[in-house]
Amino acid sequence: MTDSTASAAATQKLRFYQKGTFTVGNRLAPDAERSVQASIDRSNALTCGHRACQGCGEALGARYAMDVAMRATGGNLIAVNATGCLEVFTTPYPETSWQMPWLHSLFGNAAAVATGVAAAMRVKGRPEVRAIAQGGDGGTTDIGFGCLSGMFERNDDVLYICYDNEGYMNTGVQRSSATPPTARTATTPAMGPEPGNVFGTGKNLPRIAVAHGIPYVATATVADLHDLERKVMKAMGIHGARYIHIHVPCPLGWGSASHDTIRLARLAVECGLFPVFEAEHGAVTNSRKIRRPVPVDEYLKPQRRFAHLFKDAAGAQRVAHLQAIADHNILEYKLLGQEEDA
Amino acid sequence: MLKQIEGSFSTAEAIALCRPEVICAYPITPQTHIVEGLGEMVKTGELKNCEFINVESEFAALSVAIGASAAGARAYTATASQGLLFMAEAVYNAAGLGLPIVMTLGNRAIGAPINIWNDHSDAMSMRDAGWLQLFAESNQDSIDLHIQAFRLAEELSMPVMVCVDGFILTHAVERVDMPAQADVDAYLPPYEPVQVLDPKDPISIGAMVGPDAFTEVRFLQHYKQTLALRLIPEFAAEFQTRFGRDTGGLLRTYRADDAEMLVVAMGSINGTIKDTIDEMRADGFSIGLVTIVSFRPFPTEALRRLLAGRKHVVVIEKSFAVGMGGQLANNVDLALRNTPAAPQVHSVVAGLGGRAITRASLHRVFRRAMAQPWEGAHFLDLNEEIIGKELHHVRKVRRSGPTAENLLRRLDQAAQSTAAE
Repeated sequence: MTDSTASAAATQKLRFYQKGTFTVGNRLAPDAERSVQASIDRSNALTCGHRACQGCGEALGARYAMDVAMRATGGNLIAVNATGCLEVFTTPYPETSWQMPWLHSLFGNAAAVATGVAAAMRVKGRPEVRAIAQGGDGGTTDIGFGCLSGMFERNDDVLYICYDNEGYMNTGVQRSSATPPTARTATTPAMGPEPGNVFGTGKNLPRIAVAHGIPYVATATVADLHDLERKVMKAMGIHGARYIHIHVPCPLGWGSASHDTIRLARLAVECGLFPVFEAEHGAVTNSRKIRRPVPVDEYLKPQRRFAHLFKDAAGAQRVAHLQAIADHNILEYKLLGQEEDA
Repeated sequence: MLKQIEGSFSTAEAIALCRPEVICAYPITPQTHIVEGLGEMVKTGELKNCEFINVESEFAALSVAIGASAAGARAYTATASQGLLFMAEAVYNAAGLGLPIVMTLGNRAIGAPINIWNDHSDAMSMRDAGWLQLFAESNQDSIDLHIQAFRLAEELSMPVMVCVDGFILTHAVERVDMPAQADVDAYLPPYEPVQVLDPKDPISIGAMVGPDAFTEVRFLQHYKQTLALRLIPEFAAEFQTRFGRDTGGLLRTYRADDAEMLVVAMGSINGTIKDTIDEMRADGFSIGLVTIVSFRPFPTEALRRLLAGRKHVVVIEKSFAVGMGGQLANNVDLALRNTPAAPQVHSVVAGLGGRAITRASLHRVFRRAMAQPWEGAHFLDLNEEIIGKELHHVRKVRRSGPTAENLLRRLDQAAQSTAAE
């Protein structure tokens, strides 16, 4: 048996769950497969002491993503941050949690600022220094969309990471174009004939990114941090415009328990509402298969933003509508079946 | 080297001499030829070591410049009018972050009604954003001020806007003396940032600042502008020594020494004013001119020294604050606050949306300032007839219609009835 087959066999093992949990232990993996976060050499680019809420999915996602990007570039990384939770909770002046060069300019321009950083590095003869832009869903799908689309279209050498918590959480939980139908926010209250956010609205940014034909697009979730790490690593190995959309539960905005963040992120995938997939140059190349399919109720019930769905028959109809959306995703992204070996 | 060349292209050549490293461009009339010129120089390789980025909006243009500047590159962009408004948030941000970006503003009116011609409404809309604002009188001035702008921006680590009148300068073919690269290199050293994003020395820029330090951060921004009051004349003097041309520093004067009346103005209109002054001097009037080169920082002290003791000051400007009056006149008033023997200040708003400012009109308004002074702003060559008719119409009819279109129709009717006579 050669080394490469040994490694393939080990990769195979990673799909097994440890008894009683859904996590895959680093202990079972060969060194090369172990997570960056498990390494003593991780950069702690986003280090402790920040002011994120307990159970913040965004803090978790950003920490993993940045440490991988730091490893991928040997620390030659500059991050640009859109205004939002991540920006505010990491830099209560004069303290900063960023152990890497970090710039915050405005809410809607992170992608363009990162384009400028990348251009500066090229012209300064330091192409090894790479640029990442990051923001929440508001800074990405709404106010930052113009600059993001421009960066995609020019195929600038920037990885943009969107931490999607499905609303404007920093300003007090208002609706964004990433807020799902029926979700209660401060601007889509659970009142009237169609409580919460209405059906038939919203923006599927990962698909819009794919439509730009850029080299790499992926969705990821804080429930599968191995997968998240692998995708960031892959993205950093590619030049040109890249986009990773990470689903990050927000206990404050979703009305969920802090200890349920990872569970909810997993349920969002398993019910089919958040498809995890990769795309290259305009085409979807693969998706993460659902290991344990669940009805959408399981995902919705632990969140107070959906509480109104479980009060009457009209609510049940809306749950059925959400289930139909999830079922459609399952078909469209081929979320059931065997994981194909890469 | 002497050249006969369009203003936009001479400005583009001057920018290229400054060795910009990142240029971001989004087209807007009348700035387009400047970035077209630079784009061509980058594409042909004439301008080396420079990234030219075609962005999707002015907001992105300045945002790319912000990223490039923060990462240590010499960054440049150009815009006008609506474009400046569209990037307004980034205009304040660049200044607040203290990034030495240079931007050309091809001055143009702001709509509605949409209008592509020259006035200073765009520059005035950003006068409090924290940028230095220099106004060019000629295309030679535009060349010379841009070279100084990079030096100032980088010395102070703050952004500089060079205001060049749209069409009147940008599209005018004039003779200019283009500096030599070696001289520009000697005058403008490579950019050494005071703050830079560098993995070797990671820092955070753009952190949240609360009430505990915000005032102090703002004060230091203001303090830098007061330093600029000293640096602008200093760098202008150094420029004169090397290039042989006097850009005036903060301001320039013309036949001002003994003048009882001083005109104050900015930009290309100064040429017409000088001609008018020559004619009036020949008629025995005691009149001179102060040309403001630096509107931000505003040369309050220098202006006070010049204006105190005169009889009349006439401020001519191509912009006004609706409901308040001319911004330049307000600033001149402020410069004269608590000054003994302050002159009478007469405010004239002229040349809005590209209306020609003629010598005949200037003659009239200068003479009127001496004989019949007025309060508030005087609108030069205002068509009072169509305004009277429109006001009458608005009083009579509730659904009176859109103002701009009504006025255009009245003008057309007036023209037809004149033709019929």
